[in-house]
Amino acid sequence: MSFIETTRMLFDHVSHASFSVLKPGEALNLDLYAEEQTYIRFNRAQIRQATAVAQRNLGVTFQGDGRTIQFAVDLTGSLEQDAAFVRSLLERARAEASVLPEDPFLVPIKNNGSSDIQYQADHPFESDWIKQIISAVEGVDFAGLLSKGPQIKAVRNSAGQDHWFCSDSFFIDYSLYTVNASGENKAVKDLYADRAWSLEHFCKAIGHGKNQLELLKRSARRLSAGEYRVYLAPAALESIVGIFSWGAVSYDAWKKGQSGLQKLIEGNAFFSEKFSLQENFRLGLAPQFNSLGELAPMELPIIQQGQLKNLLVNSRTAKEFKIPSNGADNVGWKGEGLRSAEVNGGDLPEAKVLQHLDNGIYLSNLHYLNWSDPQTARLTGMTRYACFWVDHGEIVAPIHDLRFDESLYRIFGSCLDALTAETRLFPSTETYQRRDLSGCKVPGAIVDNFRFTL
Amino acid sequence: MVHFGKLKSTDNVSVMVTSSDTERLTLAFNPNYSEFDIHQGLGWIAGEADWVGLRFVQEYTQNRSIRNQRPDQNLFRIERGVMVEAMIDGQIAYAGTSDLSKPGLREACRRAVQLAMASADSKVFGFSTMQRPPNQGRFVSPRLQGLDSLSLTEFTSKLIDACRHMQVSDKIVNATAETTLVESHCQYASTNGSNIDQQFLLVSANFAVTAKDGSITQRRSLNGPVANCSQAGLEYFNFDAIFADCERVARQALELLDADNCPCEILDLILAPDQMLLQIHETIGHPLELDRILGDERNYAGWSFVKPCDFGRLQYGTNLMNVTFDPGLNGEFASYGFDDCGNRATREYLIKDGLLLRGLGSLESQARSGIAGVANFRASSWNRAPVDRMANVNLAPGSSNLEAMVAAVKRGIYMESNISWSIDDYRNKFQFGCEYARLIEDGQFTKVLKNPNYRGVTVPFWNSLKMVGGPDECRSFGTSFCGKGEPNQMIRVGHASPPCLFTQVEVFGGGQ
Ligand SMILES: [Zn+2]
Repeated sequence: MSFIETTRMLFDHVSHASFSVLKPGEALNLDLYAEEQTYIRFNRAQIRQATAVAQRNLGVTFQGDGRTIQFAVDLTGSLEQDAAFVRSLLERARAEASVLPEDPFLVPIKNNGSSDIQYQADHPFESDWIKQIISAVEGVDFAGLLSKGPQIKAVRNSAGQDHWFCSDSFFIDYSLYTVNASGENKAVKDLYADRAWSLEHFCKAIGHGKNQLELLKRSARRLSAGEYRVYLAPAALESIVGIFSWGAVSYDAWKKGQSGLQKLIEGNAFFSEKFSLQENFRLGLAPQFNSLGELAPMELPIIQQGQLKNLLVNSRTAKEFKIPSNGADNVGWKGEGLRSAEVNGGDLPEAKVLQHLDNGIYLSNLHYLNWSDPQTARLTGMTRYACFWVDHGEIVAPIHDLRFDESLYRIFGSCLDALTAETRLFPSTETYQRRDLSGCKVPGAIVDNFRFTL
Repeated sequence: MVHFGKLKSTDNVSVMVTSSDTERLTLAFNPNYSEFDIHQGLGWIAGEADWVGLRFVQEYTQNRSIRNQRPDQNLFRIERGVMVEAMIDGQIAYAGTSDLSKPGLREACRRAVQLAMASADSKVFGFSTMQRPPNQGRFVSPRLQGLDSLSLTEFTSKLIDACRHMQVSDKIVNATAETTLVESHCQYASTNGSNIDQQFLLVSANFAVTAKDGSITQRRSLNGPVANCSQAGLEYFNFDAIFADCERVARQALELLDADNCPCEILDLILAPDQMLLQIHETIGHPLELDRILGDERNYAGWSFVKPCDFGRLQYGTNLMNVTFDPGLNGEFASYGFDDCGNRATREYLIKDGLLLRGLGSLESQARSGIAGVANFRASSWNRAPVDRMANVNLAPGSSNLEAMVAAVKRGIYMESNISWSIDDYRNKFQFGCEYARLIEDGQFTKVLKNPNYRGVTVPFWNSLKMVGGPDECRSFGTSFCGKGEPNQMIRVGHASPPCLFTQVEVFGGGQ
């Protein structure tokens, strides 16, 4: 039996065994994340580390006596052992529920329906695959990570709900390096992610990267701090959209006084009407259900033509503040984050980006973003990888990396000049504890007077 | 006054005695597992490769948190599994599983062998058992009072009380008391004779408030949201002191609502130990990691401005700068006896009198680079291979003190408690923000300032270090959230430091 089949059987068995021992007034939610991943890490076009991981992490949410007690456990894969173990956790849960104070914002577990989605993949034989990658990157300084294999997210509860999402896919998140005429390291970054591997596609992408490396070999230009017209390529914009999940679009964070978009929410600041951001589960990267099995709308506008339409609200926040939930999940650093974000494209054809930028900086990637003043939606971060000075629509030279410190209200508001018509899909490459199931789709953006400080 | 930090032997811990009529369901919970015998497990797979290692991790993590005096989270997380390491032709590959049965371990070993064979032809370096020394030993982290010394009821009510002490005004819109209690057991055994057993009890806490007045919001916490942590038992929670600190930071949050913005100017800067932790972490710890210098992290966390030829030559900071890798500091968050390849951990100078001497690199990185390193090959759990990590990286105390530093400043700023952090991928251009600041004019603290931030470049910044506080003002902090590696890993680090004075730093405040 495959990993997916055995996991399904195990989940059937454990959920049945634990639901059957619940007492009247008790309820249980089981939230499974399972993966069989192979991680291959490359440095200098060779293999630094290779790791296989098979894991099944079960989240157990017990409700009894108006209290919520949660567990998370690594399942062993043995039907009887895991079922007995989860049942033993219920004993501890009951004991804790009998002494903890009542939880006024407990949302009773209910049946949020059923769904079953499976995305299959077609991976080459492992050792052949490694050989193909190594041969495709021969002669270039290549670093990166191949992650491949199935991921499962499933949620069941004692009220009868049953959601299953299974996705098999791979990504190669990588960068290529060279040394420029001034003796400095320069690099270009890309991501190849799909369900079916194509050596031809990969070789073409590596070839494109090598061409960019040629441009990076020129002497770098040192730009002084100040305001510049910039092009934020989709990967750079994806980093900025990521910061929206650091509390900015969370209703709960706003009520706690921790939202970076407080001024927008309270009507004191606005975005450009060119800017629209939504959750769109049609991207197929993340399950539409959250860890309690609640369904988010297939599409949920967050900002539409510059106006705030919705904040993300989970059912607990909804209960506390007496507003409707929209099925948000506790993801991201502050909870209630985006799982499948999409920024609408604009009308600038990608082929005309350099011409339209005219004089300014082409930013392929950004690095290490953080709020510098959440009150004014100001964030800071660095330029990274292939960033160029552009003069009269021509790439002239790579730049020395710069630090920016800029407000979202300018980036997506008063200084937003254009968005590209084409958008790019970024399946998540995050692998803390487990490979992440999320992603986003964004265009590139031309922004005026972008502020660099160091 | 800061009440967290290293527990001194003179500290009074008798306040933790619980009354006999309290409900006796304690914070201790031992799930019903049969013992895993690592030597038997190793025996099942020992013959499958040139060399085999086995690392068992069992970690119980409790999150107990209260928000606005109401329960927010009661979560008990169990991580339990093994990582099999198999060496074939000098390539070590890894396979992790939580199936600890004989077939489970044999299957994991089969995968590790398969991966080692598939990647041996293109390996970065040919390793040997030199990188897996056959050490034997035990480490138990210090603790005075175990998790069974306090009932869940009483602990919860103390956290509720902490929230109450923070809610000093209607303008406090949020008060949280979050605690994390970790019991970790790690064993390592290998076919060349490693036999290591390490047990840790780790505690961390975040007591934080948000104050709001109209459209102005300010946050304040005890030392920043992730800094308070230690290897200790429940004696760590000296609640009387915590309650006093909770009131103090809540009042400071209110003060910040009415405070002026930090000016935009170049002046002298004093950093408290709870910000020094971040300064050390980002601008000393990460750039000295040998795997970064070797390029392993280039596609994720980044490279380093430090070059192999800089060791023994680069004047990293002024001669007041002495930095150690110290895995043995009692109670510091990332102390241990051995790293995850079985290397015995010892205290080493990384920087002495400002001169760079040694890197933060494991035996693997030392073999690859030829640079002196430390025992810091560490994995976040059973499901990850070890990589070079910081552990405890500390700035040694000097001979000054905060009072003398303030007196020495004509115009400057004192900053406390990290709230924002960002640095480039070579670890040069940083920008950090703090929760709370005071202006210093003519050698005296004057007004409170909000939204304090500063920026600089690593080596020039450390070469502006002018005064270093003494041992009495040294505090030990850390974090559970140092991220690195592909696949990604979040790991615990510790940083101890006194307050320090830096001259002529670019500071600035908030505002669009
Ligand atoms: Zn870190």
